[in-house]
Amino acid sequence: MSNWPILSLLIWVPSLGAIPVLLAGNARPRLARWLSLAVSVITFAISLLMLAAYHPADGTMQLQELHRWIPGIHSTYHLGVDGISAALIVLTTFTTVLVIGGAWEVIQDKVHQYMAAMLVLEGLMIGVFCALDALLFYLFFEAMLIPMFIIIGIWGGPRRVYATFKFFIYTFLGSIFFLVGLIYLYHRAGTFDLPTLWSLPLTMEEQVWLFFAFLIAFAVKTPMVPVHTWLPDAHVEAPTGGSVILAAIMLKVGTYGFVRFSLPVLPDASHALGWLIIVLSLVAIIYIGYVALVQEDMKKLVAYSSIAHMGFVTLGLFIVFMLLREHADPQAARLGVQGAMVQMVSHGFVSGAMFTCIGVMYDRLHSRLIRDYGGLAQAMPWFAAFMVLFAMANCGLPGTSGFVGEFMVILSSFAANPWITLFAAFTLIIGAGYTLWLVKRVVFGRVESEHVRTMGDINLREACVLGAFAAAVLAVGIWPWPLTHLMDASVAHLISQLTATKV
Amino acid sequence: MFNLNDLLVMIPELYLTAAACVLLLMDVFLGDSERNITHWTAILVLVVAIYLVVFGQPPGTATAFDGMFVRDRMAEILKCFVLTATVIMFVLARPYLRDRKLQYGEFYSLTLFAVLGLLLLISAGNLLTLYLGLELFSLPTIALVAMNRESGLSSEASIKFFVLSALASGLLLYGMSMIYGASGSLDLAAIYRSAATTAHPHLLRYGLVFLVVGIGFKFGAVPFHMWLPDVYEGAATPVTLFISSAPKLSAVAMAYRLLESGMGAMAGDWRIMLAALAVLSMAVGNIAAIAQKNLKRMLAYSTISHMGFLFLGLAAGNAEGFAAATFYAVCYALMETVAFGIILTLARAGFECEMIDDLKGLNRRSPWFAGMMAIAMFSLAGVPPLFGFFAKVMVLKAAIDGGMLWLAIVAIVAAIIGLYYYLRVVKVMYFDQPDETAEPLRAQADMPLRWVLSLNALALIALGLFSGPLFDWCQAAFGIS
Repeated sequence: MSNWPILSLLIWVPSLGAIPVLLAGNARPRLARWLSLAVSVITFAISLLMLAAYHPADGTMQLQELHRWIPGIHSTYHLGVDGISAALIVLTTFTTVLVIGGAWEVIQDKVHQYMAAMLVLEGLMIGVFCALDALLFYLFFEAMLIPMFIIIGIWGGPRRVYATFKFFIYTFLGSIFFLVGLIYLYHRAGTFDLPTLWSLPLTMEEQVWLFFAFLIAFAVKTPMVPVHTWLPDAHVEAPTGGSVILAAIMLKVGTYGFVRFSLPVLPDASHALGWLIIVLSLVAIIYIGYVALVQEDMKKLVAYSSIAHMGFVTLGLFIVFMLLREHADPQAARLGVQGAMVQMVSHGFVSGAMFTCIGVMYDRLHSRLIRDYGGLAQAMPWFAAFMVLFAMANCGLPGTSGFVGEFMVILSSFAANPWITLFAAFTLIIGAGYTLWLVKRVVFGRVESEHVRTMGDINLREACVLGAFAAAVLAVGIWPWPLTHLMDASVAHLISQLTATKV
Repeated sequence: MFNLNDLLVMIPELYLTAAACVLLLMDVFLGDSERNITHWTAILVLVVAIYLVVFGQPPGTATAFDGMFVRDRMAEILKCFVLTATVIMFVLARPYLRDRKLQYGEFYSLTLFAVLGLLLLISAGNLLTLYLGLELFSLPTIALVAMNRESGLSSEASIKFFVLSALASGLLLYGMSMIYGASGSLDLAAIYRSAATTAHPHLLRYGLVFLVVGIGFKFGAVPFHMWLPDVYEGAATPVTLFISSAPKLSAVAMAYRLLESGMGAMAGDWRIMLAALAVLSMAVGNIAAIAQKNLKRMLAYSTISHMGFLFLGLAAGNAEGFAAATFYAVCYALMETVAFGIILTLARAGFECEMIDDLKGLNRRSPWFAGMMAIAMFSLAGVPPLFGFFAKVMVLKAAIDGGMLWLAIVAIVAAIIGLYYYLRVVKVMYFDQPDETAEPLRAQADMPLRWVLSLNALALIALGLFSGPLFDWCQAAFGIS
């Protein structure tokens, strides 16, 4: 069992599983649905096996696989997971099952292609999380764009072509600078192997240039202010499943890039320029929070709230250097990174659930505008219960997963600088503001519209999907220990990498 | 004097000469209805030639006729893919030519002679052999471009091609004469030796400029690209396919022989010239391609920009760089055969699938071919995990290793601009609905065509995921182990 190439299976089962789904053809949508569900469930099961085989106490890379790939440029097929990537992989496989379940009757046109694109996307995202070779990482990082481009472009809303082009070109623009940075690193190190790059000494000037090359890629993907503008468009136009994957997982790929590349490869530049990221994160938290407040389109609102929440992740990651090198407080630094990681996972569940909720409403009324709704609690009581729960998680109510990560980041930021805490804590007010106001206008109040009155409550399939999300949100919120325990040793390992200077 | 060993070194070329002549004669006795015999014979001829190139000779480097003809591992790779690209072209071309009553026997023999020219060019060890190969390629190709006699566009393209390639040949010859004057020899190895010690470095440098012009014309690099869009658009699509794939491979050899083997001592000069051509080609090619509505013209401008990318490898001026450029040329040829192959597949009697809008809603009509075209487009754009991405990585790496980081950054900016028009083709196929009035698209039912095209497209994925062996082969050709 332990000799099985579990990580390769995780990547290739969904990627190649897309082929029979495609072969099912347009004429047999039922077959395509069941096949893709089977593939995604199998992948989820494999990811649980991976979790079982992983030893959390040892935070280094485990389950490694190393094969020749392109010897001419010393690039290898090198995979491995630590606690951080293991958590994100399970998040990916879990969400994909729900997305495929969520698309069941919603997608009617070219079902096989939709499902196949989702499976390929899943394989590529898992690949990003376990690649230990920089070129391999880049391959997965970029290849993800193709299925997402197709998903938004074919099954999206009226402005889908604009949105998907913007999405593709924006992200491509960011990441291609990253590629040049990687090739430069190769030029210096003579290898693309990530563990070697982590220990590669670099001068400060090199680090600063590389830092910006990497920053463009990851900032676009995360997304950070001011390069976030593709996200609202992509979210609004994408089909529900596309939005869920985009918010729940693809955004994490950006912050995961910071964890794997910017921090350990360029610790000194990350230290020196940490203030920039911290400022941008605070701007995201406060300014984007206000932007979310005025949105009339529910998807846009959740999209902006995603940007604000990702601000917490980048904040947690980059206050580390202040804590480590100026305050010599590794405990607080660990708490900050830990918080950022929990926030990544939690945001995956919460934003995925929020977009699924909006999808459920959209399927019934074909509108995403807040003013078209009102009083859903009377027409759809079950749905309303779920929606309120996720909204509470979105504004960080204790007992839900949203609270844990934000609280940890805020706590550790206090050790760095109370001013940061002051600004970051604004989110508790603004976040509550836009989410509760959304809930008030959509779920509560009197039923104004005839259409709303006739909306049926959620069916069993939707209940299962939302129920799974709810269970995850509550589990992490009430008992975060399994999650933090999984990542603890790996975070400590990361912190130890960041302590030493590389100049 | 020559001996028998000299002949053995150039067995594939001798064989191809004989075979092309036999094919020409044989076709005289065949009626129009028996043209398929010529077709399959021509393919057989090429397959045997591939066999002879790869297995028919002892490994290692050899020269013949006092260094006039060089056979080395680079020549082996490039010849192999020149022949392969031509085989693919023949298979894809048949239904198209048959439907248009263009399936002349001359098409096959002219193509074989042009291929022979390419092989000679690849193996040239002397300025004269090089020129001979170049002209042997150009003249039959000019005739091929004009093959569609009824089309004014074809004739125009042919004349344009003829005049401009005559001009380029003239410039090349002029440069060669100066080099001969400075070094006293036409042999590339001798020129290399004398370049370091010559009493006339300026004359040599002057000659070098003209050589670079000739090379630039052959690749279609800006500002010597004017012929390319018109020829691509005007020629019958199979001929365009041929021009866009095989000659680019041999152009790499031409650049290597002239610049590295001949003028290696002046690398500092030609590297900067090639870098300038690369910047211009990437900029002009990518920006002009955005404005195109005609698919063939768009691909022509995309060719120009890709040649700019290929020049990144050449401009690095070392073995790594030439290996990367060779890899890029192979990749490029295989991508072009898919892209033009789709155009051929969708064309039928009385309908040319030439405008980008003609592809509207292809995903509904024939999802398989839409997928193939999408693979080709994403590969041309350089999105991983496809072949085109790795080709780009290799040339970028060569440029950075060669100390031209600025050139690599210019190149990626160009790649971002280029992304747009490739995505547009995918958009038209996948996101747009077909016009109500337009005739429905129908893919050719010709079985060999479907198989070859599909294999070709799948090779773009396979060679992307497993690019190691091919890249090793390219590196070994330039002595990097």
